[in-house]
Amino acid sequence: MKFGIVRFPGSCDDIDALQAASRVGEAVLLWHADHDLQGVDAVIVPGGFSYGDYLRAGAIARFAPVMSEVEEFAREGGLVLGICNGFQVLCEAGLLPGALLPNVSLKFVFRQVELEVVRGAGPFTGGCEAGERLSIPVKHTTGRYYAPDVELDRLEAAGQVLLRYVPGHNPNGSLRDIAGVCSEPRNVFGLMPHPEHAVDPLSGSADGLRIFESMRSHVEQHVLA
Amino acid sequence: MRARVLVRPKAGILDPQGQAVERALPALGFDGVSNVHVGRLIELDVDDPERLPEMCERLLTNPLIEDYTIEQ
Amino acid sequence: MSSSTSSLEERHRQLGLTDGEYARILERLGRPPGDVELAMLSLMWSEHCGYKHSRRLLRRLPKDGAHVLMGPGENAGVVDVGSGLAVAFKVESHNHPSAVEPFQGAATGVGGILRDVFAVGARPIAVLDSLRFGDPGVSERSRYLLEQAVAGIGHYGNSIGVPTVGGEIYFEGSYEQNCLVNAMCLGLAPHTRLIRSAAAGPGNVVVLLGALTGRDGIGGASVLASAELGEGDEAKRPSVQIGDPFTEKKLLECCLDLLDHELLVSLQDLGAAGLTSAASEMASKGGVSVHLDVGRVPLREPGMEPFEIMVSESQERMLCVVEPERVADVLGVCERWEILATPIGIVAEGDGFQVLDGGLVVADLPVSVLVDDCPLYDLEPVPFDGALYEAPSALLTGDESPAETLLALLRSPNLASRLPVFEQYDPIVQSRTIRRPDEADAAVLMLPDSSAIAVSIDGNGRRVACDPRRGAMEAVYECSANLACVGAEPLGLTNCLNFGNPEKPHVAWQLVEAVEGLALACEQLGVPVVGGNVSLYNEAPSGPIFPTPVVGMVGKLPSAARAGRLGFAFEGDAIALVGPFEPSAVGSELSKLLGRAPVGELPAADAARIRIAHQAVRSRVRSGAFHSAHDVAEGGVAVALAECCVIGGLGASVRLPNALDPFGEAPGRAFIVSGPREALAPFVVIGEVGGDALAIEGLLELPVSGLRDARDGGLREWV
Repeated sequence: MKFGIVRFPGSCDDIDALQAASRVGEAVLLWHADHDLQGVDAVIVPGGFSYGDYLRAGAIARFAPVMSEVEEFAREGGLVLGICNGFQVLCEAGLLPGALLPNVSLKFVFRQVELEVVRGAGPFTGGCEAGERLSIPVKHTTGRYYAPDVELDRLEAAGQVLLRYVPGHNPNGSLRDIAGVCSEPRNVFGLMPHPEHAVDPLSGSADGLRIFESMRSHVEQHVLA
Repeated sequence: MRARVLVRPKAGILDPQGQAVERALPALGFDGVSNVHVGRLIELDVDDPERLPEMCERLLTNPLIEDYTIEQ
Repeated sequence: MSSSTSSLEERHRQLGLTDGEYARILERLGRPPGDVELAMLSLMWSEHCGYKHSRRLLRRLPKDGAHVLMGPGENAGVVDVGSGLAVAFKVESHNHPSAVEPFQGAATGVGGILRDVFAVGARPIAVLDSLRFGDPGVSERSRYLLEQAVAGIGHYGNSIGVPTVGGEIYFEGSYEQNCLVNAMCLGLAPHTRLIRSAAAGPGNVVVLLGALTGRDGIGGASVLASAELGEGDEAKRPSVQIGDPFTEKKLLECCLDLLDHELLVSLQDLGAAGLTSAASEMASKGGVSVHLDVGRVPLREPGMEPFEIMVSESQERMLCVVEPERVADVLGVCERWEILATPIGIVAEGDGFQVLDGGLVVADLPVSVLVDDCPLYDLEPVPFDGALYEAPSALLTGDESPAETLLALLRSPNLASRLPVFEQYDPIVQSRTIRRPDEADAAVLMLPDSSAIAVSIDGNGRRVACDPRRGAMEAVYECSANLACVGAEPLGLTNCLNFGNPEKPHVAWQLVEAVEGLALACEQLGVPVVGGNVSLYNEAPSGPIFPTPVVGMVGKLPSAARAGRLGFAFEGDAIALVGPFEPSAVGSELSKLLGRAPVGELPAADAARIRIAHQAVRSRVRSGAFHSAHDVAEGGVAVALAECCVIGGLGASVRLPNALDPFGEAPGRAFIVSGPREALAPFVVIGEVGGDALAIEGLLELPVSGLRDARDGGLREWV
C-alpha cells in the first residue's frame, strides 16, 4: 500500500501526514510542480496554508500542475483524502461538493473534538462502526462547511456525510454539524479534523489511524487483490 | 485597461464578518446602519476585458458562495 | 559621497546620535561621514543594535556549559541534545512595534525570531510568547493590544507551520503605555547542518534571499532623503512592517535545503538595520571586507536611495555567502522554492565596508567603526529607596474568607485560564508535542530517539520591582522548577531584559541588580546563558515599566513517555509539598488584589536546597514515582492545589503545615506532587487526592467545578 502526500508551497501538515501514513504503509511526497503520482494507491492532500491561503483557501493550489493528475486519478476511482486545507482544495477543484467558509467565531480554533461516524462503510470509514466516536483535533480558521440546503439533503440521503461533530463539539458553525463528506462514487473524502494528528496515544488519541487503516484495507481488497 | 472586481458573499449565507462590523459601528456612535456585508476587491489591468467574467468564474471567485460585479 | 558638513552636524542629532558620538565618528573616520555612512552608523550605534548601555553588563552572565555548541554572539544559542542533534533557541523583544500596531508587531516579532533560529541551520519546531499589557478590566487599549497581539502571533505561527507550545501573559498597570511582546523560538538541527554567520573567503559572493526590499522601518533615517516625499506619501514609508508568513515558510525550506546540500559558507538573517547590520556583522566576525552594490538589490518601490536600501527593515530576507562555483546551484535551489535570490556583492580581503550604487562608491568605511567602535557606556546605578511604582486599585479588602480569596485569585487576569488564548494557536503541527499548554508546567517535544526536550518561559515584573536581584533569581529558579515538573534537566537559558531608561540611576540600578541575580542563579543551578536580547527605554512620562527580565529555558528528559503532568491523576494518591518553602506576601498576587504597591524584600533562597528539591522532583517524575508535579508560583499553595484539581478533574483533602500562608509566594522552590503513599513518604505529606472538592482543613472547601468556573471565566471575553 503506497500513499502519496501532495506538497504545495505553504503546506504545513504534509510531513505529519507522511509520518502517519508510514505507520500503515509506504508513503512518499508528491511535489506540486511535478506531473507524477509515482504509482501511489492513494493520494492525500494535506493541511496547512498552501499559497498562503491567498484569494481563498485552496483556490490557487487547485490549479497546481500535480492536481491535473490527482483529478484524473480521482475520476478513475483512485482514493483521494483531503485534510483541512486539503478539503478546501478538493472543494475548490469540484472533486467534493460544497465549500468551506470562515469560522463563525472569525478566529482560528484548536480543539480536540469528538466526531460521530455517520457511515461505517466505504474506503475511509469502513473500519469504523456507525455511531462510533472518534477523538481527533481540529485547527483552522476557515472550516465552516456550507452547501445549499437542497444539496445537503441530497448528500445526507445518499450517505455522503461520513463524519459529524458530536453535539456541542462543532467548532466552526458547519451546517448540520458536518465534519467530513465524500464524493458520490465515494472514492474522494474531505474532512476538517486532522486524523494524522491522532495516531499516537503518547501525544493524544490514536483514533485517526482508523481512517488510514480503512484506506489500506480497501486498497488491499479491491485494488491489489 | 483598469478593471475592478467586487466580490461579496452570496445572500443567504451567514456572514459573521459583516455581522461583527454591524455590531461594532453603533458602539462607536454610528447609528442607523444595517445589512452590512464584507467582501473583497480585486483590481487589475487587462488587455482583453471580455475575458473578465471567465476569470471570475474560474479563479477570482467561488460561484457557490460568492457573487461579483465587474467595474471598468 | 560627501555632503555639506554643517547640515550633517544637525542631521546626526535627528538620527539619534549624540554630539559626543558624532565627534567619535569624526575621530575614527578621520573625516566627516557621507550620507549613507551616517545613516548606517546611526543605526549600528543605536541602543537597539549596539547595546551601548548593556554590553559591558552582559559579560557578567555565565556562558560555559558542557552541552553548549554555540554561545552568545551568534544568531541563536545552540545546545547538544544527544544522538547527533542540537537545539537552537533564543528570545527577542518586539515591544515598541507592538505598541504601535499589535497584530503586525507581534507577527513580525515571531517572524524575526524564527529567522534567527533557521539562520543557524535549525528547523524551527516551537514558539513561546511572553506578553505583558495593562489592566484589561479598566483599559480598552490594553484589551485591544491583547486581542490583536494574540491574533498576530497565531496568524504568523500557524501559517508557517511552527507550533506555539507555551508562553505567559501578565497584566500590570505599569505596562499600560509600554506593552511587552517577547517571542522565543526553538529549532532542531543535526550537528552537521549548524552554520555560523562569519563571512569568509575573499572572492566569495554575497547573495540576498527572500522578499523585495521596500522602505519599511526607515523611520528616523528619512531625514537623509534628498527628495522630500510629499504629504500623503507617508504610506511610502510604512512605520509598520507587514509580515508574510507564506514567504517565510518558503524561505525557511529553501535555507534548510541549501544547508542540507552544503551550498553556503555562512548565513545571516536581516533584522534591525537590515543589510547594514547583517553584512557588517558577517564581515566583522569573519575578519574580512564586504562590498555591496545596492543597484543589484531587488526593490519593491521605485527610486529608493542607497541609504534607504542599506537600512530598510523589510521582512523575510536572509543574506548568505557562497563560493563562486556554487552560486548557480544556489540559484537553482531558490528557484525550486520560489525564493528570489540575487548576488549583490562580494567578500574581499581587508576590513572595509564598501557600498556601491552601480559603479559609484557611496560609502566606504572600516567594518570596525560600524561594529567595534560603537561606544559602550557604563551604567550609573543608584539604589532606590521608597516606592517607584503606584499601588494598584484594591479589589479585595482583606476581610474576605479564604474561599472568596481563592476564587478572586483564580478569576484574576494574571491567574485565569489561558485556554482562550491557546485555542488560537496550533500547538501540534510537526507532530512532536507530547504536552500541550495546560497539561504540564513546561511544553514537551519528542525527539526521534524517543527522548524529549522541554521548554518554559518565565518572568515576574512585579516581584523584580520589589527586589530586582532576588526577583531575577526567582525567574531562573522558576524556569528550572517548571522543567523539573516534566522530568527535564536544564541545558541552557536565553533571556530578554525589558527595562526603562538606563540613563536614569534608579533604572540602571534595577538593571545591574537583575543581571547580577540572573548570573548568580545560573551559576548556582549550573545553567549557561547561550544568548538573549535587551529592550531598554520602555518608559512613559508616568515612569518606567516594572523591571522585567524574561527567562526561557530548555531542558532534556530521557523518555518522552515519562513526561510529567501537572493535574492530579488518581483517586487515593497522596499529596506532598516538596522543597524549602518560606513564602511571604511581598510581591504576591494577593498583595496586588489588596492594593499594595510592589515594595519589600523578597524571601531569601537557599540555592543548595533548591537544587536538591529540583533534582528530587525531576528524578521521581522520570521514574514514575510521582504521578503529577506542579510548581508553586503565583497565588501560592492554595492556587497551585486548585490548579492541580481543575486540570486533573479530581478533588483533594489537604492540611497545610502549621502557619503556612496559603497565598504567600516564593517561586521556583516548592512543588505540589502526588503519587503512591510509599513514594511520597520521604516528603511532607499534606493530604490525599479524591472526591470532587478541594478541602483545605480549617480554611476552605470548594467544589472543583466552582474552581473551574472561576478560572475559566477570566480571559475569554477579552480575546
